[in-house]
Amino acid sequence: MNLLQNFPIGQYVPGHSFIHRLDPRCKLLYVLIFAVLVFMANDGLSYAILALFTLLIMKGSSISYRYILRGLKPVWFLLALTFLLHVLMTKGGTVYLAWGWLTVEAEGVRQAVFISVRLALLALFSSLLTLTTSPLELADGLERLLHPLSRVGVPVHEIALMLTIALRFIPTLLDETDKIIKAQASRGIDFETGGLWKRLRNLVAIVVPLFVSAFRRAEELALAMEARGYRGGEGRTKLRQLRFTWRDLLAFGIALILFAVIGWVRR
Amino acid sequence: MESAPLIQFENVSFYYTDEFGEKLPVLQNLNLTIAEGEFVTIIGHNGSGKSTLAKLMNALLLPAEGEVRVGPWKTGATQEVWKIRQMVGLVFQNPDNQIVGSTVEDDVAFGLENIGVPPAEMRERIDAALKAVGMAAYAQRQPHKLSGGQKQRTAIAGIIAMRPRVLILDEATAMLDPQGRKEIMELVRRLNREAGITVINISHFPEEAVDADRVVVMRQGKIFMQGTPRNVFADVTRLQETGLDVPLAVRIQHYLSANGVPIPPLLHQKELVEELCRLFLNR
Ligand SMILES: Nc1ncnc2c1ncn2[C@@H]1O[C@H](COP(=O)(O)OP(=O)(O)OP(=O)(O)O)[C@@H](O)[C@H]1O
Ligand SMILES: [Mg+2]
Repeated sequence: MNLLQNFPIGQYVPGHSFIHRLDPRCKLLYVLIFAVLVFMANDGLSYAILALFTLLIMKGSSISYRYILRGLKPVWFLLALTFLLHVLMTKGGTVYLAWGWLTVEAEGVRQAVFISVRLALLALFSSLLTLTTSPLELADGLERLLHPLSRVGVPVHEIALMLTIALRFIPTLLDETDKIIKAQASRGIDFETGGLWKRLRNLVAIVVPLFVSAFRRAEELALAMEARGYRGGEGRTKLRQLRFTWRDLLAFGIALILFAVIGWVRR
Repeated sequence: MESAPLIQFENVSFYYTDEFGEKLPVLQNLNLTIAEGEFVTIIGHNGSGKSTLAKLMNALLLPAEGEVRVGPWKTGATQEVWKIRQMVGLVFQNPDNQIVGSTVEDDVAFGLENIGVPPAEMRERIDAALKAVGMAAYAQRQPHKLSGGQKQRTAIAGIIAMRPRVLILDEATAMLDPQGRKEIMELVRRLNREAGITVINISHFPEEAVDADRVVVMRQGKIFMQGTPRNVFADVTRLQETGLDVPLAVRIQHYLSANGVPIPPLLHQKELVEELCRLFLNR
């Protein structure tokens, strides 16, 4: 149909794997736990254990490795850059290569490898979170996890509602963008050719009507919400109930074991 | 049909204030009573105050002068706006801008979540409401993948799940195709008949008024005419003078009888066809 129709929201892959069925709160916490583990790890063995663990989770999510790695595209550049910087900047140990003032030394290579592995593991792990958890579940999980913060004045409910409404309206607004582009093109605006400046200027013809309509939608939606008795988070119940199950218990148990193992093997 | 008034407007006036602080009168000294179980259609020009009337009925707006009573409450003088809004549901024109949930059932849940219905009961009510509007098979569907008529049915499900006594449709069929329009009208007629929900249908289509118990014609913030469809549409000249449309059958009958064809006042296309056939056979 149209180009914008298949715009992916997040990168969620629906499924029923063990990982998919974990409570979103458990998965969110797990990303934090994993981050701590990654920063505890400081030698080859501990990194290898964590890499193996990540691999297991990838397997457990029953999403193809290719697909997972493709999702990491934006991170590759960052990885390469950190690797290069560390190789060139960190000094110490045997000099492997010297090229004018540029040198590659043992300590540099070690650091470069470790830091990039760290980054790669973190990126991989958090992408597994969004791959196996629907955005709606994520918003719910976040709302529950952050709930205590509402007592100190953080508008947790409002933030979560904002997220879900944004999710609800992204497809609608994409459709609308598509319509506006076609309408403006039929009026003779050319989005395809011309210099960068001209093209940017033509973008105004899309952005302005889109904003006008988005504001009108927001106003009508606010009215409709009020008409349906919306009055903030207080006294509100939820259809989607989150429940920890044996799966989550098992997952947390594994986390404890990992902590023990990494604490023991790290130098 | 005659029973206790459910909604009562007494000398209600309402103003919007423009950017210069000037008061724009929208409703003037309006009196209106809606009885429980009625099916009322409101027609009138653009800007005649129909939407304002609807919003006054569930306390989205409060009267500047006069009183609006909904059930036991006065909208201007109560803390119970939430109960009023649960009792009087409002469906708007644009289906896209009133669906909050990311799936059909999430959207139906929205109102129930607002009024604090426990999750287990919510489940039952959602299923029943979706079944009532014929959307049970679409519970998990994302709203942007529905047709206009399906979206409006979802919106109606979201409201009947809250068990209201009044359902107001503010041009809810205006953006639909004829098929979708027909589906929605059949649905609300059924809700009115079977579930006893009072229906107030604001519409630009005079055809939607012929089956109502009562038609209210608005003009410049006032009630211009009201009565049974038969009585209101009998006065075709008066309606047409103000630029309001009448149902096609009524218009044809009017022309024919004005040109000497002996044909009695009628409302439905079917009646018109029967009368014409009778005339033809008795020639
Ligand atoms: N938010 C507002 N601020 C100022 N004026 C308004 C506002 N909403 C409506 N009006 C004015 O109030 C009058 C009545 O509006 P209302 O929306 O009730 O008319 P309506 O009968 O529903 O019209 P339509 O058939 O176009 O929906 C109009 O003249 C309109 O311009
Ligand atoms: Mg209106």
